[in-house]
Amino acid sequence: MTALVRHRLFWPAAVLLLLLAANVAFTPGFLSIEMKDGHLYGSLIDIFRFGAPLILVAIGMTLVIATGGIDLSVGSVVAISGALACLHISGLPDQNDVGGVLTAVGLALGLALVLGAWNGFLVAGIGIQPIIATLIIMVAGRGLAQLITDGQIVTVNSASYKLIGGGYWLTLPFSILIVLAVLALTAFLTRRLALGMLVESIGGNATASRLAGIRSRGLTVAVYAFCALCAGIAGLMISSNVSSADGNNAGLWIELDAILAVVIGGTSLMGGRFSLGGTVLGALVIQTLTTTIYSIGIPPETTLLFKALVVTVVCLVQSPAFREKVFQRRGRRRPAAPQATDDEKVEVPA
Amino acid sequence: MSSGILTSARLRLPGRLRSAYIPVLATAGLLAAMFVAGGVRYTGFASGQVVLNVFIDNAFLLVVAVGMTFVILTGGIDLSVGAVVALSTMVSASLMTDGGWPPLLVVPLVLLIGSALGLAMGCIIHYFDIQPFIVTLAGMFLARGLCYVIGTDSISITDPAYTAVAQARIALPGEMAVSVSVLIAVAVAGAAAYVLHYTRLGRNVYAIGGSEQSALLMGLPVARTKIAVYTISGFCSALGGVLFSLYTLSGYGLNALGMELDAIAAVVIGGTLLTGGSGYLAGTVLGVLVLGLIQTIISFEGTLSSWWTKIFIGLLLFAFILLQRLISARRA
Repeated sequence: MTALVRHRLFWPAAVLLLLLAANVAFTPGFLSIEMKDGHLYGSLIDIFRFGAPLILVAIGMTLVIATGGIDLSVGSVVAISGALACLHISGLPDQNDVGGVLTAVGLALGLALVLGAWNGFLVAGIGIQPIIATLIIMVAGRGLAQLITDGQIVTVNSASYKLIGGGYWLTLPFSILIVLAVLALTAFLTRRLALGMLVESIGGNATASRLAGIRSRGLTVAVYAFCALCAGIAGLMISSNVSSADGNNAGLWIELDAILAVVIGGTSLMGGRFSLGGTVLGALVIQTLTTTIYSIGIPPETTLLFKALVVTVVCLVQSPAFREKVFQRRGRRRPAAPQATDDEKVEVPA
Repeated sequence: MSSGILTSARLRLPGRLRSAYIPVLATAGLLAAMFVAGGVRYTGFASGQVVLNVFIDNAFLLVVAVGMTFVILTGGIDLSVGAVVALSTMVSASLMTDGGWPPLLVVPLVLLIGSALGLAMGCIIHYFDIQPFIVTLAGMFLARGLCYVIGTDSISITDPAYTAVAQARIALPGEMAVSVSVLIAVAVAGAAAYVLHYTRLGRNVYAIGGSEQSALLMGLPVARTKIAVYTISGFCSALGGVLFSLYTLSGYGLNALGMELDAIAAVVIGGTLLTGGSGYLAGTVLGVLVLGLIQTIISFEGTLSSWWTKIFIGLLLFAFILLQRLISARRA
């Protein structure tokens, strides 16, 4: 039992199960999944479907955080990629033309890669702190997205583009399949090959890993580019789901949700270690929370309050300092009661 | 992190102190250049009132950025400031308009709420050793959430005393005038500069930003100081919210969306290192003025759309970060 509780994914999984249980209690048919017109429908599918962009962004964010960095610019990249794709499609003579849509997707993802590589260059090449380096595109990128769309909301009417975020394939929403593909690829690259370990070594100590012969600079640039690519795909999904691009509001605050998902999943912001499974769990916790609030009938205005509560609780129970102070004090009180205060004084926060 | 600590330690070597001034001087130079360029290009730009208007339009941002400077100097970050500003406007507006409370009661209450929120976040950050980024993010969700609990619509403030203060203009020589908010903001900035540079609390803030472990081993009150900076930031955000409600005479849950980014940008453009331990409050004031002047120039230009503001701020951030990097690289 203790081994189970100590597992690093125990708490996020417990919170997710708790949320699902709350849903089942309020909505009896919550877990049922039905087949309609050859498509799978159900609340669980919806959680995955609406959470797909967040999961994607969070996967990219996990790798960036594993290198000891952080990427604040993903929300802007989401907006830019959606804006560029929609702008290109809206200019096509036939908006359903698959070749044209693929060009738009390629353009948007290409630009996302460039922006990510720029972030990586600032971090690894010039040595700027990640939080500031990515702050540049976070601020300027919103302006860039509005510049691309000329401040308007660009709407498109393209069935082939709609597939990315709102379509179905093999009975499943296409967005879920994209997420599964990206997740499988990332898991293969980082856990079957040495790449994941190299990324973690950069987060552990960038200089030491470079001295050990790891090309930490190139790898860091690649990780930021990958994160931006994930954000770019998420941007395509979001804009295709609503068939329009809003430079101002698309992907607003998704960087915060993504970082949150990563932290809830047990990846430390200090870097050096990461858990893809935890991140997916974290993103699902966030999305389930939103769904729960709607389905239980709590006024949507209070969504943020519940989010604040869950974030605080999850982060507190994962914090070693909190666990030491609250959970173990009971056990330790009798043998070492007078030393409790001494412990606090000597403790040096890293 | 380690390179940042080294950099800030070097910044305070006595013989090389002057290089620490370079980012602040660069910001001041940029501000002067922008003002001159604006004066040459547009008629009616080069007047004292234009400068004062920048102050009037950005008084709340100045106060918020002052609080953010304290937090960033310790190496932390406060993402909750924009939300606390919104919460303050919302609480003020709902209590005064719907509750009929007198402003003299509402304003202290609002300041208390902001400080209490900052205090709580500071305690969680310090005692439970959770990243400031995450804790203040939760604080941001909490404060925005509370706004929506109070109400989802904009509430206008009609209290006669409050509107009188909001509309009051204090005449200065040369047919110029400022609002009450500007006086408050300047007083806050002055008090903060005094605290940072001439008191024990200020030295502790710099010491923790330089190296928290060293500060702890030196016997400095790390816990008290860290909690104090978040409380100060909460207080400044609440005061910023009061000034914001004076400026717009309304409370709205979507007010000050993204103001945390403006505040962080102002602090960075003002030459403060985000790793902590190095920077000046004067730089933050200059940073706020640079941001304000960009908006003024864009409104004078007339044909440029509002999103160019963001692009310019991004470019400026890049230029200043590069400058700081070059300075610290040369020293290394």
